[in-house]
This record gives sequence, C-alpha cells and structure tokens, in this order.
Amino acid sequence: MTQQDKARIARQFIEAIPFSKALQMQLDEMGDGIAVISMPYDDRLVGDPKTGVIHGGAVSALMDTCGGAAVMSHAEAPVGSATIDLRIDYMRPATPGQRITARAECYHMTRSVAFVRAQAFDADETRPVAAATGTFTVEQAKDAEVRP
Amino acid sequence: MSRPRPEPVHLVKQRRDAALAALVGGVPYIAMMGISFDRRGDELTAVLNYDDKLIGNPLLPALHGGATASFLETAAIVELSFQLLWDEIENGRLDADSLTPETLPRLPKTIDFTVDYLRSGLPRDAYARARVNRSGRRYASVHVEAWQDNRDRLFAQATGHFLMPARPG
Repeated sequence: MTQQDKARIARQFIEAIPFSKALQMQLDEMGDGIAVISMPYDDRLVGDPKTGVIHGGAVSALMDTCGGAAVMSHAEAPVGSATIDLRIDYMRPATPGQRITARAECYHMTRSVAFVRAQAFDADETRPVAAATGTFTVEQAKDAEVRP
Repeated sequence: MSRPRPEPVHLVKQRRDAALAALVGGVPYIAMMGISFDRRGDELTAVLNYDDKLIGNPLLPALHGGATASFLETAAIVELSFQLLWDEIENGRLDADSLTPETLPRLPKTIDFTVDYLRSGLPRDAYARARVNRSGRRYASVHVEAWQDNRDRLFAQATGHFLMPARPG
C-alpha cells in the first residue's frame, strides 16, 4: 500500500464519521502525528444568534476529531483511540462566514497514552481562535499485547 | 400581618417556561444537536435526543466525543444563563412574556472548557445537569455531569469557566 493509498483511506475514514460529516469536516493533511482538519461556516452551527458566531461546542468537535486523527497518524500507528480528556481555551470569537481549520500534533506517545495539542484558526492565521490540549487512549493490535 | 396572595401556579410556570424557551429557542446549534431541556422549578436537565448523526465510532457504535463536549458545554451555558435570567424575572426587572431571542440580555461567554470522558457514550439519549459552583461579577465556574441509563454511572463530566456579561450599574 502506497503512502497515497493510506492517505486516501484515512480521508475516507474520517469523512465517513457521522458527526464529522454532519459538521462537514474535511481532512486537509495527515501524517507523522500531525493532522489538519477544517469545516465550513454554517448557519446551523451558530451559538450566538445576535453575532452569528459559531458555538464553542462545534469548535470542540473539530478539535477532538483532529486530535484523534493526529494520534492515528503517529508513527507507532495505534489501531484505535478514544479521548480521555480534552481542554479547550477559547481565545476569541471566530469571524462569522469564515472556514475554521484545526491543526493538531501528537507530541508524545507511550504504550497506552497519546498526548496532543491543537490550535484552531479562521481566515486570520496569525491569531488562533482556540487552543486545546488532550490525552487519548492508545489501542494496540491484539498480538502486540504483552502476555502475563 | 397579611401577605399578598401567591400567584396562580400556571402563571408562574408560563413565565419560567417562556424565559427558558427564549434562551434555548434562539440558538441554531442547540436545535441542530437535538438538545432539549426539562425544568423542575429552577432545576434544569439537558436531554441529548439520540440521532444517528451523533455517532463518532460506527464500529462500537459510540457517540462522538465532540457531540458529548457540545452537549456538556450547552448544558453548562444554559444553566448559568437561566440562573442569571431567573433572578431578573422573579424580581420583575425582566418581563418574561415579552422575552424573545432578540430581546434576551447578553449571555456569558466560554473562557475554557475541560471534558473528562469516563466511558463511551452509548447510541441512546443522554442527560446532563450543571451546577454553578461560583458565579461572580466577572467570572463563573460551572461543573456538569452527564449520564445515560444510570444516574450514578456518569459517561462524561466537565468543568468550564465563563466570562459574565457586563451588567448595568
């Protein structure tokens, strides 16, 4: 399987997750513990009707998906992963009408835990909209398990 | 000593339900997620009505962590906002009957939110209750617990900090 095949399968896998699909997430980049996922502005995601700013929960969902993708793309290649905890800092409201892009990095991995940090941006790439740190479980393939 | 006759119960309920409806009804994301609220007095229970689009792992299947996070954050912010509104409504400074999403006072803004995933969310309804642990002039701290079948077996909990809206005076 070539690198391109892997990337295509990963993209299809992530874009087929029902909730990610509902938020129209798109995998832009993935590999070596780094993932970039974006989603378009949509009126259904608005959290503050007076300003048209997207709900924090939608940004959380983007960060969570992107964090999980970063873990799955790590060189140690876990077969599965679930979020243990995720903290998001909201630094400023995302500008209404603009696409939101998250970039996550899995910066450390043990046999059982993956550590991730992420940032989200709108069209202004110099000022993040939000930042996140999270830990994820690392599911190893069955035959890799240490026997008692 | 005479005290004023208590208000008819249906008026009290109507006023509180109108305030809650104005608060929740104006937010597109709450409708998109399929979140509704049950009210008993001032106690709110958020309900995440199950839908296939909330799934994050189709193999298990399990709710998406982002759907869970969205649900908890919504429960926290509505609880905090409803508490702020409650005081204004009960002391008569706000007229609940004329409240609409457009005339609602400004709402608190999330500063940070930390979600703790305790077990995977099953493909069925979920419930959440939030507790405002501290509500100051500028900042508030809110804790939320979410469960599905069994109230004692939480599947997620979260803590968030919120910036309070500027108040006149």
